[in-house]
Amino acid sequence: MSISRADHAPALVGAATLLGLFALLELAIRAGLVDRYVVPPPSDVVASFARIVTEEDIPHRFAQTALEGLGAAVLIALVGIPAGLLLYRHMVLRVAVQSWVAALAAAPLVLAYPLFLVIFGRSAMTIVMMGFISGVAPVTLKTLEGLSATRRVLIDVGRSLKLTPAQQFRLVLLPAAVPTIFVGLRLGLVFALINIVGLEFLINFGGLGQLINELAERYDLAGTYAAIAFVVLVSVLFFLALERTERWLRPGR
Amino acid sequence: MSDPTVVPWPRPVSAARPESVLTVDDILVRFQTRDASVTAVDRMTFDVRHGEFISVIGPSGCGKSTLFNVIGGLITPTSGLVTVAGEPIRGPHPAIGMVFQEESTFPWRTVLDNVAFPLEVRGVSRRVRLEKARDVVAMVGLTGFEGHYPSELSGGMRQRVSIARTLASEPKILLMDEPFAALDEQTRLLLGDKVLQIQQTLKQTTLLITHSITEAVQLSDRVVVMSYRPGRLKRIVDIDLPHPRTSEIMTSDAFGHYVAEIWGDLRDEASRGMAEAEASRGART
Repeated sequence: MSISRADHAPALVGAATLLGLFALLELAIRAGLVDRYVVPPPSDVVASFARIVTEEDIPHRFAQTALEGLGAAVLIALVGIPAGLLLYRHMVLRVAVQSWVAALAAAPLVLAYPLFLVIFGRSAMTIVMMGFISGVAPVTLKTLEGLSATRRVLIDVGRSLKLTPAQQFRLVLLPAAVPTIFVGLRLGLVFALINIVGLEFLINFGGLGQLINELAERYDLAGTYAAIAFVVLVSVLFFLALERTERWLRPGR
Repeated sequence: MSDPTVVPWPRPVSAARPESVLTVDDILVRFQTRDASVTAVDRMTFDVRHGEFISVIGPSGCGKSTLFNVIGGLITPTSGLVTVAGEPIRGPHPAIGMVFQEESTFPWRTVLDNVAFPLEVRGVSRRVRLEKARDVVAMVGLTGFEGHYPSELSGGMRQRVSIARTLASEPKILLMDEPFAALDEQTRLLLGDKVLQIQQTLKQTTLLITHSITEAVQLSDRVVVMSYRPGRLKRIVDIDLPHPRTSEIMTSDAFGHYVAEIWGDLRDEASRGMAEAEASRGART
């Protein structure tokens, strides 16, 4: 009983905190401390969920944003992890480009969207590529960091057993670096999702970002915040999937 | 009927000395630093005989771990040769199984998967390698912990997993670098007993690098004493104590005699090492 309670305690405390904050906000709005034309009461936002799901085609928009996020995430992992490995293996390349990659991670890449529009047109591909470009640098850097931080003795165990370079990577380096790589993937995914929703908003193309734009222009504040809640849901789903994948790839932590 | 694991003592005089399975021949290791060339190991020569337990002891910084890496094939010596059954080694050799000083289990693998790792690398089928791993896990006294991860084990248990992993590869020579250095005294004694028991059961040729005189005398047939930097061979001491041994041997007069004798060899070297370390610390500040 007590173990089960301890297991669920963080989730319960988290939910209670959120509900408490919403209750406080509701009270503040009803008491006139917060302008309801700037921030709608949480009860109005909850009430608008059903409306926007049916009237605004939420399932389709949700799927579109989620798929764009998934596409970007797959590209980020497929390019970012090998790029990190490449920098780990080649010292000269690492010294030459590491600071550029770090600069890329910190740059406001969303400002480059006109260039992507020219290259890929006003399409989902532009959005996916913007997400990919903004998220790939942290994954590359964190992969490099994770591989470089692998304890020397674990590498020596592999060497003493005459592992091939491929075995050394697959059986020692990669599992050792998984926790750090996943920190990079989380960061990359955050950057990617911000840029994906931001670009949907900016170019008014598909997904939840476009819906937020439309609802805001209609001054449907409750609907706008409800749509934002669905963006948060996309993010939560991605993070849960990442957590599961990490636990599967790297048990025993 | 006599116990097959008991080695008779005094040992019967044999016409032929047990053959050498490992020879360290005139090993010299020099490292180039920014300012100078440093000799870590200087012309070390000794051999390890079949079934023997031999320890290499020396003061901190004498090049013991460098020698460990040379014998394990992880460092190429500046000159000299290490041979296994007459075959010169260039790089890690399958006949030599290494146990490292630092904790070296893979945290993402269970005890059983850690121990089965060398067999997995060799392509042994899952059924066979897990069966073999279970046997070795039992040998090191970790039955019941097969499904645990290293984070769920104590330091001593983790080091036993490392030893079991090395034993699973059935090396001709077990090469260990201060495997108990990070453990408390009581755990060290108990693990020493365990290692000795395994060594006597398997007749496992074992080379232990250590800085503990009592550990060296408790476990070894011979002790190779090294000088302080550069690490040279100072003396090889035959430990004429009865087998099978346990940590109880430490209460005997003969044990105390060997410890005093080796300490006599090491005291001046250790003092020199301490003085040099203090001088270099003083120069830095």
